[in-house]
Amino acid sequence: MTSEQLSTQNTTREADVLVQDNRYVDPSKPLVEIRDLEIEFTTQGGTVKALKGVSFDIFPGETVAIVGESGSGKSTTAHGIINLLPDNGKITGGQVLFEGEDLTTAKKSELYRVRGRDIGFVPQDPMSNLNPVWSVGFQVREAIRANGIASSKKDVNARAIEVLKEAGLRDAEHRMAQYPHQFSGGMRQRVLIGIGLAAHPKLLIADEPTSALDVTVQRVILDHLEALTRERNAALLLITHDLGLAAERATKLIVMYQGKIVEAGPSKKILQDPQHPYTKRLIESAPSLASQRISGAKVTHVGESGIDVADIAATHEDARAKQDITPVIEVNDLTKVYSIRKGNFKSTPLTAVDAISFKIPRGTTLALVGESGSGKTTAAKMVLGLEKPTSGEIILDGTNLSGISKKDLFAVRRKMQPVFQDPYGSLDPQRSIGAIIGEPLKVHKVGDAASRKARIKELLDQVSMPAEVADRYPNELSGGQRQRVAVARALALKPDIVVLDEAVSALDVLVQAQILQLLADLQSELGLTYLFITHDLAVVRVVADEIAVMENGKIVETGTADAIFDNAQVEYTQKLLEAIPGAGIDWIE
Amino acid sequence: MSDRQPEHYVAPIEDATVEVDALKLKERKSNLWLDAWRDLRRRVLFYAALLVVLVVLTMAIAPTLFTDVSPTLGCQLTNSNGASIAGHPMGFTRQGCDVFARVVWGARTSLSVGILVVVITAVIGIPMGAIAGFFGGKLDSLLSRIGDIFFSIPYFLAAVVVMSVLGQYRSVWVIALAIGGFAWASLARILRAEVLQVKNSDYVMASEAVGRGRMATLLSHVLPNSLTPVIVTLTIALGAAIVAEASLSFLGLGLNSNVMSWGQDISQAQSSIRTAPMALVWPSVMLTVTVLAFIVLGELIRDALDPKSRARR
Repeated sequence: MTSEQLSTQNTTREADVLVQDNRYVDPSKPLVEIRDLEIEFTTQGGTVKALKGVSFDIFPGETVAIVGESGSGKSTTAHGIINLLPDNGKITGGQVLFEGEDLTTAKKSELYRVRGRDIGFVPQDPMSNLNPVWSVGFQVREAIRANGIASSKKDVNARAIEVLKEAGLRDAEHRMAQYPHQFSGGMRQRVLIGIGLAAHPKLLIADEPTSALDVTVQRVILDHLEALTRERNAALLLITHDLGLAAERATKLIVMYQGKIVEAGPSKKILQDPQHPYTKRLIESAPSLASQRISGAKVTHVGESGIDVADIAATHEDARAKQDITPVIEVNDLTKVYSIRKGNFKSTPLTAVDAISFKIPRGTTLALVGESGSGKTTAAKMVLGLEKPTSGEIILDGTNLSGISKKDLFAVRRKMQPVFQDPYGSLDPQRSIGAIIGEPLKVHKVGDAASRKARIKELLDQVSMPAEVADRYPNELSGGQRQRVAVARALALKPDIVVLDEAVSALDVLVQAQILQLLADLQSELGLTYLFITHDLAVVRVVADEIAVMENGKIVETGTADAIFDNAQVEYTQKLLEAIPGAGIDWIE
Repeated sequence: MSDRQPEHYVAPIEDATVEVDALKLKERKSNLWLDAWRDLRRRVLFYAALLVVLVVLTMAIAPTLFTDVSPTLGCQLTNSNGASIAGHPMGFTRQGCDVFARVVWGARTSLSVGILVVVITAVIGIPMGAIAGFFGGKLDSLLSRIGDIFFSIPYFLAAVVVMSVLGQYRSVWVIALAIGGFAWASLARILRAEVLQVKNSDYVMASEAVGRGRMATLLSHVLPNSLTPVIVTLTIALGAAIVAEASLSFLGLGLNSNVMSWGQDISQAQSSIRTAPMALVWPSVMLTVTVLAFIVLGELIRDALDPKSRARR
């Protein structure tokens, strides 16, 4: 085949005429062959092997997904392919053959030619990967010029408009002059995908391209990405932590664990019939629509009242049957209006939370679900007393919190404690774990030093952490362990309600499953009531008794978990449910 | 698109023991300060700087440990600008006083001015910066504008004016107030910026959700986590304050001529710089070494407190 024959593949659009597509691709030969790739990082504590011999192929036009937890080496693999590692990283072994040429030993100039032109890259975080001081158009033009797609000013400009149009920007000509902050997260990611595909690369590497985005936006972006790569017959390497997403989008799935590939093969086959114990565990732990609510097992703990004789037969259902009819917390017409300052000394009101009402019966979980900007976190903050409601009332255990005195509010806080999203930000790095867990006791002057110490030990035991952790500092703990500590702190004052604000969103699947199980155990053991704030509907499936869906500050639908998942009434809820990655796949259960 | 079916690969099972979130504690406790201290302990330069600081500190507290020659009494004009002789290793000043004794006794003035300036800077700058950053809003605008006013006046120029006006009240306290009273604004700015960052942490929100008051939260969580740049700035400021005192004394705007200070001695020695340069060189060397020690110490602490810079080394 000659290059002329192949160029008939091209569509007749003007954009493609600008690209000299004279590169021949043989569909039966792998585009990229990765052989025993090894990568090391030099850190303070010595060298760390991030990749321990990774081998796989990517064929032309194929979509391959690498799935793994943080630290599994999935992103390192992606960066290793284009030899774009941070200063302290080094390829120490193996080969990356791109159309037969080894990129690990290629010269810098050669790599520059391949990057962008032959292999496009879509980075993870759309918020930080566009330079805020340059217009979007400038950055697209820069990429086009760097890839040598066009050189004259007119051609570059025309191609830039093309790229942005393909990326889904309607009035690309005008929006070119705008700056990244004028674009939403989804639009920025589209621009980055546009830049990645600008030179019609044969391979596009997308590193968690949608992790920072809402599910509905994620879906649109991935559809778009899929359409564009298919149109150009480009191969796509998708790096993700989301099994459902990987299986839905990729034909071939690679599961990585601790720098190695543990299982690779056809997506559906792996999802339905995993062979490796790690893959099995990963798939079992991933919450999906097919999952069931986790029920808490009563664990026997040596508490302050001696041995707690737990009724092991008591399941969650029993707990629910016994629950009080009076809700432990009731929220009526809660509203928060912020005034947004404008440049001209005026301000416009923004209704973040618009007259929401809900109640939570004792011992149950209400999930407040919504996308970013839906007002769910503002609602949580008002419930916690961290934000003053504009109007509406919060009734906690019969006490109306509006107009309550400072002293009473202080007392009420004991009944309600939060766990926040970011495990790395929610613990004071300069306090020992014991001091962190004991802080609520100290503030509320509960007990003396000795009894506080005993309580800290008991709390650590409840969250399955050894007592010696009390003397340590947060920097030695992983995200999941920090979140356990945060849970222990929340439980210190024996609250009735725990507000979990995206408490498991930042965690890896297996750790997330562990924490969710812990929360369920604690709920049935201590009769806790949870207000669970999240954007992740799959997680909601496994924790919630009741669900309230928020959109633009309003609750648009409420109901039991089963009712919402089986028979959502509102279009927005249906859209959310459909957008969950992997919704249409049969999972093993 | 190829219709090729990818083969199913499974790694040897014994390869991976799935360990979810295993707790890996280090042998020793570790936090920011402990790690910084361990880092400092391994650096030679730290010991060198610390040694200089300790020697100067000892000189200031107990000068008689170093010399039993009086720096003021027993000055004989017969020794004027004399070279070093036994018992007087650095020679004599124009007035015939022992240079070594004067250098040793001068440390007290320089160091007390330095320390007082740092205390005054901290006492004004830390509350101003912390409150402005933490409470924000109108209070921030007010405090920050006050800071801006002081920031816009070069502190040395202000000190010159103050010292000229208060000529008759010259003392260590007045000179320290004159320098520190105008130097705190930059510290307040640095701290405010740091507090702005720290106050958005979830642990600050968690502290308030427990019921700790705003002020208590500021003191117990926000301030301790914002102190890194403050400590570095203050260490370097100590050196700068010693320089400022010496400069004021050199200009004749420092302490009274009967008080010994390095700046004073440098000023007095300049008239005979051609005939007896050593009377000028020795106090200058002492001044430079001391200031350098504080600045190096500040830089080392900055490095040690920054995990990223530790990793780079």
